[in-house]
Formats: sequence, C-alpha cells, structure tokens
Amino acid sequence: MPLLSGEDLQALWLTLRLATTVTVLLLLLGAPLAWWLSQTRSRWRRPIAAVVALPLVLPPTVLGFYLLMLLGPHGVVGRAMAAMGLSGLPFTFQGLVVASMLYSLPFVVQPLHNAFDAIGRQPLEVAACLGAGPLDRFLSVALPLAVPGVVTAAVLGFAHTVGEFGVVLMIGGNIPGQTRVVSMRIYDHVQAGEYHQAHVLSLCLLLVSFVALLATSLLRSRRYARD
Amino acid sequence: MTELQQGLHAKLAWRRGALALDIDFSLPPRGITALFGPSGAGKTSCLRAIAGLERGGLGRISFGNQVWQDNAHRVFVPPHRRRLGYVFQEPSLFGHRSVSANLDFGFRRAGRPARVDRQGLIDRFGLHALLGRRADTLSGGERQRVAMVRALMSDPSLLLFDEPLSALDAPARSELLGCLESLHATLAVPMIYVSHNIDEVARLADHLVLLDAGHVVAQGPLQATLTRLDLPPALGEAIGAVIEGRVSGYDAQDQLIELEFSGGKLWLPYRREVVGQALRCRIGARDIVLTRMPMAGSSALNQIPCRILAMADADHPSQCLVQLDAGGSILLARITRRSWHALGLAPGGEVWAQVKAVALGMP
Repeated sequence: MPLLSGEDLQALWLTLRLATTVTVLLLLLGAPLAWWLSQTRSRWRRPIAAVVALPLVLPPTVLGFYLLMLLGPHGVVGRAMAAMGLSGLPFTFQGLVVASMLYSLPFVVQPLHNAFDAIGRQPLEVAACLGAGPLDRFLSVALPLAVPGVVTAAVLGFAHTVGEFGVVLMIGGNIPGQTRVVSMRIYDHVQAGEYHQAHVLSLCLLLVSFVALLATSLLRSRRYARD
Repeated sequence: MTELQQGLHAKLAWRRGALALDIDFSLPPRGITALFGPSGAGKTSCLRAIAGLERGGLGRISFGNQVWQDNAHRVFVPPHRRRLGYVFQEPSLFGHRSVSANLDFGFRRAGRPARVDRQGLIDRFGLHALLGRRADTLSGGERQRVAMVRALMSDPSLLLFDEPLSALDAPARSELLGCLESLHATLAVPMIYVSHNIDEVARLADHLVLLDAGHVVAQGPLQATLTRLDLPPALGEAIGAVIEGRVSGYDAQDQLIELEFSGGKLWLPYRREVVGQALRCRIGARDIVLTRMPMAGSSALNQIPCRILAMADADHPSQCLVQLDAGGSILLARITRRSWHALGLAPGGEVWAQVKAVALGMP
C-alpha cells in the first residue's frame, strides 16, 4: 500500500497551493493595512482594528456561514458578481482563497502592526526630514526595518491557512482538486476508519508546521547575529 | 525684500503637557542662531514645530518667500517638502544601511545637486574610513558625524540641529564642536542650533533666541543679548560677555595664549590654538572682579580698563549686575551691592575689570 494515495497527494498539493496564494495576497494586502493602523490618528482606527481581529475570536463556522450567505447566489456580493457576469465563489478554489484570507487576516496583520509600531517614529521623522515622502518612507525605511515581522506574519498566515477546517467546510465543500484540502481529507479518513492514512497526512501537516517555525527562528537568529 | 523678511518667522502657540508654549521670533537668513534656555523650556518642541514634525501648534511659520504653516489659511507643508537638514539629539542613522547609503539617502532624494560637495564634506568630517561600515557598528560620535554630513548632503535650505553633542562623551564632543566651528565659516544656509550648554552657544552662534518656560524672553545678536541686564534669573551662569578676537601670541613656557580684542588683550590657557586664528572667549559675569585702580601683586593675569555703562539688580538682593564697555566690547560683572557702594561706583565711572585666566578655560 502506497504511503499516500493519489487523492491524498492531490489534497496536499491543493493545500500548499492555497496557503501560498493566501499568504502572498495577505502580505500584499496586510502590509499597507498594518502600516495604516500603525500611523493613522483617524477615529476609525480602533473599529477597523477590531474588525481585523474579529476572526481571532469568531468560530470559523460562523465566519464561513456569513461568507456563504454573502457570496452565495442570493447574497449581496454573489448577486453583484452575477450581474457582472462572474461565476459564483462558493465551492470554488477562488472562494476558498477569499474565505481563507479573511480567516487568516489577523495572523498576518498583527505581527506586521507590531513590527511597524516597534520601529518608532524617529527613523520615519529622519527620513521625512531627508526629503522622503510617505510612500517612500514606507518602502525604504519601514518595510526593511520590519522584515522580522514580515517573516513572522508569513509563517503564521501560512500555517493558519493550512490548518483551517470550519471555514472550508462551509464555503468550500469537499470537491476533489477544487476545495478538498488536507484537513478535510483527514476528517474523511477518520470517518471511514482509515487511521493509517489519517496518520500519514497529519504527520505531513505536523512537519510543514514544524519546518516553518524552525525556519523562522533560524532566519531571525541569523539576522540578529549579523546586527 | 529686506534681509529679515527672507529669514524664518515663527509665531506659534500650543500646549505640550504642562508646558504652554507661545513663541514669536524672527531669524536672519544667514549664520547660526542658538535656541538657548534651561531644560524643559520648550527648545526641542520649537524646533520640531519649525520642521513640521509637531502639528499641535497654531499660528504661522514662513521661511524666505514660502509659507510653511498658516492655520488661518489651512496651509501646512509636510516636513519632506521643507528642504530641512535635521540632526536629532540621539544619533539616528538607519541601522540597516551602510554609512555611505545613509549619506546618500537625502543626497539622492535631493537629485544629487552639483552644489553639494559630497567628497569635500566626507573629508572634512573624516568619514572616509567609515563609508563601507554598517551604521549600527559605529560609536556615538561617529554616528553623529555621519548624521550631520547626511543632513548637509540633502541640500537643505535650513539646518536644524537639536543638541547634537549632548549625548556624546567629552572627547567626541570637543572634536565635533571643532568640526562645527569650521563649518560655520563656510555655511551658506542658516542654522538653528538648540542647546542648553552656554559654551557651545558662545563658540558657534551669531544670533541668540533665549527661551524660558515656553516663551521667548530675549532675542538678538549673541554678544548684545547675553550682556543684557534684564535677562531672567533662570539663565543663571549663562549671562556674561562673549569676546571675539584674534590670537596674537603664544607663551610656550607658561602654556598661555594672548587674545587681542577691541578692549585690549587677554591671557587664556593654551588649547592648541594657532597664532593669527580668530577665537571666541566667554567671560562669565561671576568671573570678573572690579577695582578702581590697576592692581599690582594680584594673581589675576588680566586687567582691562572699562567704563561703567549701567547697573541693575541681580536675582539675589545682595548682588547687582554691572554692564561695562571695554573699548567697544561689552562685559558684564556680577558684584555685591556692598562693593558697588564701597567703591563709589556710578555709571560713567572708570574701573578695571580683573579676570583670572583660569576662568577663561574653554570646554
């Protein structure tokens, strides 16, 4: 009996593809958002920070349910997309990406926010007095100084997306090659009494998580050693 | 347009914690202006407001023909459009960049202007050997030197130095003060230099703004302002004369130099000055003894004939301040009222100012 069946491999590959896509998109979206949160004096700062943190405390099934309502054929977003001639998001890979992004958002935004806060205002004031505008300061001073935070954000976002279950169940279903991720597959195996396969897949996720954390810690210690 | 209109004008009011600031001053378009006052007087807040780093103040700031801030007309130019050269109290280099990348940060953004002598500045501040180093491997003095050159290389129209020497140890401080003195002679743009160290101010500044408890208490040319009789007592030891002259002699045996100025000659301790160079020397009001006659058998090396200009009460009721004219240079002496009466002194009278050479030590 092979260690991993074709379907298991497919689920594993889909999970990695999903987590990578979500992590990259979240870094692109989360960096400006975290930067705004760390710099703004707007009265919207706290409400928006609370909304960003919401997935931390919300049961994933609740998040998935609301997303299903919103994105489904009768939801606001679903109807708008249909009017624009776009196909619906629920039970597709794209839908899974959108849901995972929302679900993992705080795990990416909070480390970035902390990293930007830790820079303090002085380096940014120095840059401003040397003629650097706001975008210039973000790209040439804030981001390079926040690299450790970016690494943490990427690892947490990736690992959290790999491990999600409830949201996937609600919005993704369990379609092979489309939305059947490893955590769903493990559940199926356990339901069918296939403990051996569940073991192998679980071990895969365990290894992915361990390697990711180890790599971060090694990267960080090398960075500090150089400083 | 008159000279004064071209300089900096600031009229701002704001609160910062317990301190209410209300400042109003005009600075000439050339030379170094010291923003001087005791700790907590609001000097740094003023500088930050001028730079646009503090938005709390209400009022108007203009520099040359540009308006930088005018709350009445909702004008606020952000710091990066003001062409500033700001040097912070704590040396604040970009630790993740090399020294040369730090230097080029502002230079590149200013468009590498040809009028900025990059190589000349690097040589003058002795940075050549440091260029390839990472900024976070430098000592405090080295960092501050890099920060100053970085500010100068950004082609600023106004330099703002916020106590740049106060975080340094004595040797680094004296070395950098020398760099700043040599910079003074060739400086093409005005500089505001914040300090609570009167010796730094005496050596560098042309113009003085005295701040106390958030208010401007006096402003004007350095020598004239520091010898005013109506300065607040909070300035304490700072009041007194700043003599500007030329080194006219050197006694290698006794390790003294002779400084020639409009009121005569002064002997000072030798500190590697060269004969012929210009030199400033501060004479604190407490360091002058007044006599009616030149004294024989006194250990005071310097005796300068003066005419009394005016007398005013000092902060302590036992004392008074006497303003003296020594051949055009103004001196200030703090003596007891008892001596004033015992010697029969009066405005217009002739006296001799005795100054111990050891009191004229520079920092």
